[in-house]
Amino acid sequence: MMPLFDFPGGIHPPENKAQSSATPIRQAPLPPQLHVALRQSMGNAARPCVAVGDRVAKGQLIATADGRLSAAVHAPTSAVVSAIAPQPFAHPSGLPELAITLDSDGEERWIERQPLHDWAQRSGAEIRDFLAQMGIVGLGGAVFPSHLKLGVSQLETLVINGAECEPYISCDDRLMRERADAICDGIAVTHHALQARQVLIGIEDNKPQAIAAMQAAAAMHGYRVVAVPTKYPSGGAKQLIHVLTGKAIPHGVRATEHGVQCFNVATVYAIGRAVLHGEPLISRIVTLTGAVDAAANVEALIGTPLASLLALARPHHDSKEVVMGGPLMGFTLPDLAAGLTKAGNCLLVKSPALFPPRPPAQPCIRCGDCASACPVSLQPMDLFWFAKAKNFDKAQQWQLFDCIECGACSYVCPSQIPLVDYYRFAKSEIWGAERDKNAANLARQRHEFRQFRLQRDKTEKAQRLADKAAQAAARQAASHSAAANLAPAADPKQAAIAAAMARAAAQREAAPLPEQHSSGLNDAKQAAIAAAMARAAARKTAADEAKAASGQPPTPPPQSSGLDDAKQAAIAAAMARAAARKNAADEAKAASGQPPSPTPQSSGLDDAKQAAIAAAMARAAARKAAADQAKANQQPDS
Amino acid sequence: MSELLIAVALMLLLALLLGAILGYASVRFRVKADPLVDKIDAILPQTQCGQCSHPGCRPYAEALAAGSDDINKCPPGGEDGIRKLAELLGVEFKPFGEGAPQPKAKAVALIDEATCIGCTLCIQACPVDAILGAAKQMHTVIASECTGCELCLAPCPVDCIRMIPPGSELTNWKWRYPTIPIRNVSSGAKP
Repeated sequence: MMPLFDFPGGIHPPENKAQSSATPIRQAPLPPQLHVALRQSMGNAARPCVAVGDRVAKGQLIATADGRLSAAVHAPTSAVVSAIAPQPFAHPSGLPELAITLDSDGEERWIERQPLHDWAQRSGAEIRDFLAQMGIVGLGGAVFPSHLKLGVSQLETLVINGAECEPYISCDDRLMRERADAICDGIAVTHHALQARQVLIGIEDNKPQAIAAMQAAAAMHGYRVVAVPTKYPSGGAKQLIHVLTGKAIPHGVRATEHGVQCFNVATVYAIGRAVLHGEPLISRIVTLTGAVDAAANVEALIGTPLASLLALARPHHDSKEVVMGGPLMGFTLPDLAAGLTKAGNCLLVKSPALFPPRPPAQPCIRCGDCASACPVSLQPMDLFWFAKAKNFDKAQQWQLFDCIECGACSYVCPSQIPLVDYYRFAKSEIWGAERDKNAANLARQRHEFRQFRLQRDKTEKAQRLADKAAQAAARQAASHSAAANLAPAADPKQAAIAAAMARAAAQREAAPLPEQHSSGLNDAKQAAIAAAMARAAARKTAADEAKAASGQPPTPPPQSSGLDDAKQAAIAAAMARAAARKNAADEAKAASGQPPSPTPQSSGLDDAKQAAIAAAMARAAARKAAADQAKANQQPDS
Repeated sequence: MSELLIAVALMLLLALLLGAILGYASVRFRVKADPLVDKIDAILPQTQCGQCSHPGCRPYAEALAAGSDDINKCPPGGEDGIRKLAELLGVEFKPFGEGAPQPKAKAVALIDEATCIGCTLCIQACPVDAILGAAKQMHTVIASECTGCELCLAPCPVDCIRMIPPGSELTNWKWRYPTIPIRNVSSGAKP
């Protein structure tokens, strides 16, 4: 006898398991139509990979997992896909959910099954991948994809959960009684994948036949079957781990970090079927009980309409509502047309005679009964208070999210307060606020990026326009100098003009955008001026060249005009040098990528002054050129 | 006398040393932005709708931090938002003004794609780049990115954008607040 531990709190509600556990598991008849919902696990709904009108074989993949917490979905029978559309869904919201509707052809024709016969030689990773393809999820109620739970190795203890603590439910009890060997095969695969040191099978002691059957089957594998005292909720993973190993898993920590992993018996059975027989998870055992004539456990295909399943148990006429799950943790089904999901362990028919309506809630008297019943040592009366006042921050500080919603507090409450309803409300409000927060953060990011993008586009455009204008000016200058046959004396002058024009253009572009738009009108005028100036310069150089070519000795030019010319040339050269220097400096500044310099006003003033100087220089050059030309025109005459 | 000098020198040295440390710390650990603005910005719903008459949530946050605007100018944040702002800024709760915009249910924009002429005006108006399209091509709203600011409604020349309240889905479904169902009690039961 190994030492057992006790978890805090817990309740002893009437078990009511005998009604359904007396008869063997029956096969539910094949329904003519199945609604296989795509949301069969935590995480995202699966993505359908068949089309309407397709003929599918039993066990064929019809929807692939979408994301990490999602699970694959397979055809429960050979059928024709008649619709992929929203259908009623087994969820407290009553919202429709996308489902694949299959019209069964009655042949039950299997796809070619490919079991993993050599699983003992395969690594844990290979078994994980195989189970992911088989769509195995936890059948205890949380529908967490099982392959994710196999991602650890070298565990201390593998706990197999056969406690089944919730009243009325007996599907795991019957499964253990009838298929203990198959369960142990599944445990062997799981054990191999996890490499756990020991395997403990925990079964509540109100199921002596299941314990006996499992002991007989587990003996040859060396697994220990442990009868745990009947107390709700010993079937909770953390609670059962505590009972069997004495390890209380702390808040926010996974059991694997303490060397323990827990699987439901139905899940390991499904793992065994998948690995040894190549059968994906397409059916499960469902307890039909409550206000019915023939309470029973049936093995039903996933997607079987719940109404047709219930008909097998012949509900009483006064039955009012049907609960999926047990009386403590289950939820009322909004629509019985929904198909069976992988989470559906029990359909409990409620009638006023069997389940008298809960009397209206009275005020909380802070008796503390709920605190002593809570299996996770919370303060349910405080949580209730915070949830009722919508003080969610405080509720979170009081560890609302450690609540497993077992319903023990509601069960013991002398004021009949539906405590768990308040906790669920608070939890979903907190999740909603979290979603809003994330959406706001996303919006903020996108808005900030948009601002950045607009600013960047603006500066890039200004830069582009400036570059283009400078290039155009340079091209123009180059073409003119080519036309002027490269007169050496004229070159610096033309360069000076081109530089001035380029500077003016650059300054125009650098001006704020609206100004640029308004100044766009007189652009043409400016261009005309520039062109006129350039033409004048070209004419002058041509005249100069003609003079030079006329054979006059350049060194001692005629005293009167020669002196003048030399002086003028010197001045022009000096100006050109200065302009070139300034230009080079400007260019260097532009190349260094300086954004509008820290003192934009002063530099703007500077620029304006420079531009004014340049314009004045250009005007002067033009005047001089005109005068020169006039002189040149006069000379041949005289 | 020397003791006095030593004491003075010691205190002076200490003062210089601590001053140097403080001076270094004030440079090394300088907080650049106003942290209050970030805190306010975190409360604001980031719809960037401009109903507060500021060009976005952050400018409003800056105005609030500077104390130059009221806390009741953000309808998308709701009264809950005003309460949080009041708590953060240490001022009294202030309800929305009489004629001012009032909070309404969140909705996302939907473009009637048959009517859309592809003018790109709504794309330019969208503060969070949630509208996709190109010139003379059909535009569409990325519903998951839409903040419901309604800034795209006004520029549309063909009025093809509508605001649609988001549908209830399993992913955003919430448990209701537990209520006591009201039953019809027959009049004879009255005392």
